[in-house]
Amino acid sequence: MKFAVVVFPGSNCDHDAYYAVDQVLREGAGFVWHKETSLGDADAVILPGGFAHGDYLRTGAIARFSPIMADVRRFADAGGPVLGICNGFQVLLEAGLLPGAMLRNDSLHFRCEHVHVRVEHTDTPFTEACRQGQVLRMPIAHGEGNYYAEPDVVAHLERNRQVLFRYVDAAGRETADGNPNGSVANIAGLCNEARNVVGLMPHPERACELALGSADGLVMLQSAVRWFARRAPAGVAVRGASSLSA
Amino acid sequence: MRVRVFVTLKPSVFDPQGTTVAEALHTLGFASVDGVRQGKYFELDIAASSPDEARQVATDAADKLLANPVIESYRVEVEAAGGSR
Amino acid sequence: MTPDVSSDAVIERHGLTREEFEKIVGMLGRQPTLTELGIFSVMWSEHCSYKSSRVHLKTLPTTGPRVLQGPGENAGAVDIGDGLAAVFKIESHNHPSFIEPYQGAATGVGGIIRDIFTMGARPIALLNSLRFGELDSPLVRRNMAGVVAGIAGYGNSIGIPTVGGEIAFDESYAGNPLVNVFCLGISKADEIIKGVASGVGNAVFYVGSKTGRDGIHGATMASAEFDEKSAEKRPAVQVGDPFMEKLLLEACLEVMKTDALVGIQDMGAAGLTCSTCEMGARGGAGVEIDVSLVPQRETGMTPYEIMLSESQERMLLVAKPGREAEVQAIFEKWDLHAVHIGTVTPDGLLRVKERGTVVAEIPNTALTDEAPLYRRPYSEPDYLREAQQLSLAELGTPAPAAEVLRRLLASPTVASKRWVYRQYDHMVRTNTLVMPGMGAGVVRIKDTTRALALSVDCNGRFVYLDPFVGAQLAVAEAARNVACAGALPIGATNCLNFGNPQKPDIMWQFVRAVEGMGAACRALDIPITGGNVSLYNETDGRGVLPTPVLGVVGLIEDASRVVRRPFQAAGDAVLLLGSSANELGGSEYLKTIHGLIRGVPPALDLQREAALQRVLVAGAAQGLFKSAHDCAEGGVAVTLAECCFGGTPGADADLPRVATGVPGFDDIATLFGESASRAVVSVAAGHEQAALQLAQGQGVPAVVIGRVGGGRVRLSAGGRAVVDEPVEALERIWDGAIGQRFERQQTVA
Repeated sequence: MKFAVVVFPGSNCDHDAYYAVDQVLREGAGFVWHKETSLGDADAVILPGGFAHGDYLRTGAIARFSPIMADVRRFADAGGPVLGICNGFQVLLEAGLLPGAMLRNDSLHFRCEHVHVRVEHTDTPFTEACRQGQVLRMPIAHGEGNYYAEPDVVAHLERNRQVLFRYVDAAGRETADGNPNGSVANIAGLCNEARNVVGLMPHPERACELALGSADGLVMLQSAVRWFARRAPAGVAVRGASSLSA
Repeated sequence: MRVRVFVTLKPSVFDPQGTTVAEALHTLGFASVDGVRQGKYFELDIAASSPDEARQVATDAADKLLANPVIESYRVEVEAAGGSR
Repeated sequence: MTPDVSSDAVIERHGLTREEFEKIVGMLGRQPTLTELGIFSVMWSEHCSYKSSRVHLKTLPTTGPRVLQGPGENAGAVDIGDGLAAVFKIESHNHPSFIEPYQGAATGVGGIIRDIFTMGARPIALLNSLRFGELDSPLVRRNMAGVVAGIAGYGNSIGIPTVGGEIAFDESYAGNPLVNVFCLGISKADEIIKGVASGVGNAVFYVGSKTGRDGIHGATMASAEFDEKSAEKRPAVQVGDPFMEKLLLEACLEVMKTDALVGIQDMGAAGLTCSTCEMGARGGAGVEIDVSLVPQRETGMTPYEIMLSESQERMLLVAKPGREAEVQAIFEKWDLHAVHIGTVTPDGLLRVKERGTVVAEIPNTALTDEAPLYRRPYSEPDYLREAQQLSLAELGTPAPAAEVLRRLLASPTVASKRWVYRQYDHMVRTNTLVMPGMGAGVVRIKDTTRALALSVDCNGRFVYLDPFVGAQLAVAEAARNVACAGALPIGATNCLNFGNPQKPDIMWQFVRAVEGMGAACRALDIPITGGNVSLYNETDGRGVLPTPVLGVVGLIEDASRVVRRPFQAAGDAVLLLGSSANELGGSEYLKTIHGLIRGVPPALDLQREAALQRVLVAGAAQGLFKSAHDCAEGGVAVTLAECCFGGTPGADADLPRVATGVPGFDDIATLFGESASRAVVSVAAGHEQAALQLAQGQGVPAVVIGRVGGGRVRLSAGGRAVVDEPVEALERIWDGAIGQRFERQQTVA
């Protein structure tokens, strides 16, 4: 299976996502520069964290116009799994591939710490291997993670089961204390209507090894592998090393 | 031609920065300041043959990039020829 | 109307003395042009020339079998095995951080990062050592909030984790905050790139941000005290662009892989001037540039302004012949433009042209190696003998130990810095094995089994009370911190923050501190590979506590053997390594409870310190120590409390009694004395003997003082219970102390 990691000017967590896929998950990984127009033969796409274009104007506002985004949209429309992490999530929001927008953390401070999120639904490529209600301990690192959508949009997301991850406290309760940035309804991540495009503010790629503090994020990447395996025609070998630039 | 674009958060969106600024002003003695909303201000220098054309270019720019319609609204002001309004 | 360069007013405005001016005339054989005067003024400033300090810095130990690059380049480098090098340095940005805290701190981060990647190393970690006035002042809070936000804003955006550091507070820093930033990068040991210009005819390129008028005379400002007139000085603070630096970093590392460069240097203090003449001097060559080719973002800039501008995020590089197009193409990929602005020449001169006309022509060595060298007079200050007197009997009846412990944990210097470091991304690059707030920061080196432990330390009170011993204690503390993590100290960098060197007692502090630092580094076998000197940290004649910060890099051969601070499991045995004496001089206890900085710093036996560090490293390598934490501010009581924080089962410890002969003070000296060369470690039950034998084998005193468990912090002194508090109660005080001081008054960032 091949994961394409899109690199925008200013992306920082591209190497972390690559490492998690290549060294921990042991699947194929390749970088795709934002100026390219094709994702190549990617089976899944990751838009990594960082500060694309310095977060100037608004986070993700300029990156959404990068040449590669047209192919990301095509890939998503065709049902391909797309994971937007932190800045990647912000790019998906600005590109309209996910509904809503990001505001500055209500504390007005950048927050880097481990938080707990509860998996609300397991029928997406990135939560398939999770248990419903499972609490994952993963790091956040953002100054603008305060997810916002108008009340009717939020109501629709809830009804439609599109809220995938919710901030909770260590005991799994949805509380204000457990919400690090003031996001509406403690939303930490969500998916699109078709359930193949997922965005979340926490960093699963930073939570794949116990030595770093938590390995709870690995299950999200393992979910993608499982999801893909179910769909790959029998007899097709799962590709190893990527043919994309590494 | 110079065109000004003012981008502000929609009224329904919570503005913690504006709130913080208001609190800081109160601490400094500005008791009569009831509220503050913080926004962004852009000055576009546009090559256009008429103020209407310049306004249209700025509006398109705001729609496409300068403002995020989910959370922001904007207004456009064309600077009168020969100086500021 | 061109000002008369030889007038007193012009010379003084340039921060030069009449003698220095005459020396310039002698070197050139004529009067300098205004542009040349500007160039000399920045290169001969204290900040760039180290004229007051060079003669003393030469006495520091800078060599060793692992040293790949010592002082003299943009950063130092040591061999860490597997064909890799650790490239690191610490630098100050003190004066700008007082004038504009956010940008001053941000550009300090930007500057040190450039110093690392200009050597061909990918930066992988940042630390910072900060000093502020007391936090009850709104101005100090605003300053600190701005500095922290600036460090966060820049470091987070460029994606390099800030994994550790230290912050201390004292009145003397109120008008002179200290912002020292440390950066570590990794490169292949045989691919370190120097800042050298050589090869006659080779093309000199400029790449990065356009040049503007920001920061002109930043170097001269850093070399002068503040006074009421400082506010009037044209604001000389540069504005940083971390996004541009990220592009520059990636593009430069990519170019360096192609081996198409002769040399490269970043434009930091004194911008274009410093990079051209230093690269030329190192290569024994001349550098000729035409300023009209320099990309400019303001109109009408003069050669003077262009040469002195300190606009950020700019690099100067020399390409190998025939490789120019290749270099430019790589920069274009990152939307950067490498502009050909000059050539390497054989005449050893810095020649500046404007549209073909020569406006400045100076031998490179005149600006670098031949800069003035001063042996400033120094003499022991009058305050010293008196300040070193400490009579516990005069302090009155001490408060109960438990209350003292609570107050120390609430003191900002001791309290948790979480309010600060949670604003720093400390996890990006997925290498951080030990997070901030837990002693030395530790980052793993991917594709190897190794990790590096990093610590920056200095106790300014100790240096004030005895600069020689105080500086040694700084070296010892930084090395001890990395040793606690299980790392062997292999290199150091220093940032020497002092007041006005033209005052004999300040110069005495400096000289004695450098002597002490050198002796400690030799005894502990830690070479100094580079660093920074920041003088004139004074406002209205009042200087900072002398603060020579040490940044030590330690090597852990097996990353899986990293030892952390918190106690692990109930039943584990707690041991105290080292010996304790009646040493409250310069202590946090004295400062926080009595408002005093008096006495003599704790004695330091460097052989014992070295032995302790050997025990710490061996205990980690053997997997024997389950936790380790050194004793520092606040003494062993604070150490033990901190080991209990973070969700541990608490501990019960009985400390060997320290006798003071003064009624009531035995408990205080036992719990809060700051004797050096001590650490608290824990081992699994049943392994006590092994730990004791390990320590004894190195001649390190060691005693089992208690056990992990109980949910409380229970401390006894000589068998008598003196502290019995729930862990959460103490942790709440320690964790909330700094945040509480800010939340009450929101500071607008």
